[in-house]
Amino acid sequence: MTTTTPRDPAAPLPEDADQWTAKARGALLERLPAEKLLPDRQPAYLSSAIYLFGALTLAALVIVMATGGVLALEGPTWWHVSSTGLFVNSLHLWSVEAMFFFMVIHLWGKFFMAAWRGNRQLTWMTGAVTFATSIGAAFTGYVSQTNFDSQWISTQAKDGINSTGIGAFFNVLNFGQMLMWHIVLLPLVVGLLTGLHLLMVRRRGIVPPFALDANGKVSRDVEVEQ
Amino acid sequence: MTAVMALVGALINLGGPGHYLHWGFLQISLANVIVIIVMVLTFVAAVFIPVHRRKDRS
Amino acid sequence: MSRVRRFNPDRDVSPWKGPLRPYDLLKEVTVAFRVVAVLVVGLAVLFGSPDEKAVTIKSWSSANAVDFATTAITELDGTSATATYGPPYNATPDASQKIGPISLQKIAGVHQPVNTTQDFVLGPLTTIAPQNPTLTGALATFRSADDKQKADWEAAYETSVAKAEWMNGVLVVPPGAYGPVATMISSLTSMAQSGALDTSMVDQAHFYGTNYTKSLLFVADGTYLEGLATSQHLGGDQWGMMNETGSFPGQAWLWAYTMWYQVWPFNGPWSANADVLVWALMMVLTLALIFVPYLPGLRSIPRWTRVYRIIWREHYRSSKV
Repeated sequence: MTTTTPRDPAAPLPEDADQWTAKARGALLERLPAEKLLPDRQPAYLSSAIYLFGALTLAALVIVMATGGVLALEGPTWWHVSSTGLFVNSLHLWSVEAMFFFMVIHLWGKFFMAAWRGNRQLTWMTGAVTFATSIGAAFTGYVSQTNFDSQWISTQAKDGINSTGIGAFFNVLNFGQMLMWHIVLLPLVVGLLTGLHLLMVRRRGIVPPFALDANGKVSRDVEVEQ
Repeated sequence: MTAVMALVGALINLGGPGHYLHWGFLQISLANVIVIIVMVLTFVAAVFIPVHRRKDRS
Repeated sequence: MSRVRRFNPDRDVSPWKGPLRPYDLLKEVTVAFRVVAVLVVGLAVLFGSPDEKAVTIKSWSSANAVDFATTAITELDGTSATATYGPPYNATPDASQKIGPISLQKIAGVHQPVNTTQDFVLGPLTTIAPQNPTLTGALATFRSADDKQKADWEAAYETSVAKAEWMNGVLVVPPGAYGPVATMISSLTSMAQSGALDTSMVDQAHFYGTNYTKSLLFVADGTYLEGLATSQHLGGDQWGMMNETGSFPGQAWLWAYTMWYQVWPFNGPWSANADVLVWALMMVLTLALIFVPYLPGLRSIPRWTRVYRIIWREHYRSSKV
């Protein structure tokens, strides 16, 4: 008697294997199967509160974007003339402060864990680029406040930015341009980078501890396949 | 008018002149110092504080 | 295909084959969200946020007409900070900052053109001249004079304007050979105090405008805006980049950007090019942060400092058992 193995529904039929869609699906599922995307178990060595700071940063980012969205509903000068608007502005400011607070602690934690080990360089790098981009996003926000602060910050920052030649195209004194970078372009980039960072974390998993030998020193006597 | 609006919804008025600390070439606002100290303390605490999860029953 | 290479503990780690524990990812993220939301709402209710009203050309010229006029004459004669800035506003020679022999500022070129004589003085005055015969005459006299005559009038006015007084809607300067310049600057000051200069200087605007390049440059050329900023510790040599108005926390994450401006040689022999040099240095440091995984020494710091021994102490303890 012969038995036939049930066909894996995710695998394409042989005649469809050359399709872009089929190839993309295969590549994605290989790198990010469902159990990696939404795991329900984690390695036992995750037992420190420092591991919470990635999630806290992400939570703060969501609130930054949500409060920014509310500010967008009423326009960029609403908060000067409305107490509700001022409160939403306060939420936006403090969620940004919270985001940087948690993000930097998350960075410190990941640095001291050497979290790039084991093919996790891209995880680290997407995180670092997100950090740098967030600074830019915050800057465009500060110059979009339509008040004294944005006047001073923009007239000061122009010197640094102009000196690099970037000021010829990125005009910090142009409120319209800065506002659109702040509410359209940079949130997209920060969102995309954060998404990539999260996918990298899910794909590679959380970095294991340094292996210690019998004497309690970091062991080097391991062969690793690359 | 501006000062009043800044106070609306704010129980503590941070609109007054800031306090600045000077140390050699360093000049830093009290608010920023507090934020940085809290960050360092939070990091140290986080590194030491354990998070116990449900042990695997299997 | 696999390649075997020497294990480097700062770069490599064996995959985890040890025990796993149950873990509810979505629940944890939801709890994190609730905690941060409560924190943010609490901070917003406790502290609010700052909102210092913008300076206008109107408020500046009303608070300090002499400072406005002192700035206006330098815009007319092309000696103001904006007029002599170089790219991207104008092509002033030797005004661009350099890294060694290379000037990125110059290479990028003039893409936000500003002609202070025309844009800040003559242009706005021309719009109000039809209602003012004296001003119309003054402008005609000015335009018909040769460059040397203009320079003489401007220099004479610039020397005396600090002693001027704003009286009954006119800027009264000590007597001197200013030609039409005194009338022009006095008219410009009136125009500023009426608020008309604020609206007329918005860039690219035909009714709607969102580009405040010119009005911001004009205001920043005076001492009024800077005086307000310095009193709030926002000045460049006060670590101002990190600070916020009032007692609010600012941008602590900018500490490394502003720090270099406060130290030698950036505040000494390199100060003429401090901006581009600090930016270049910060770009290098940012790249170093991004590429830490590939930088020997830097990527060994975690192993050397042993903070990981605290983070993973439970794991090390249970592995020994």
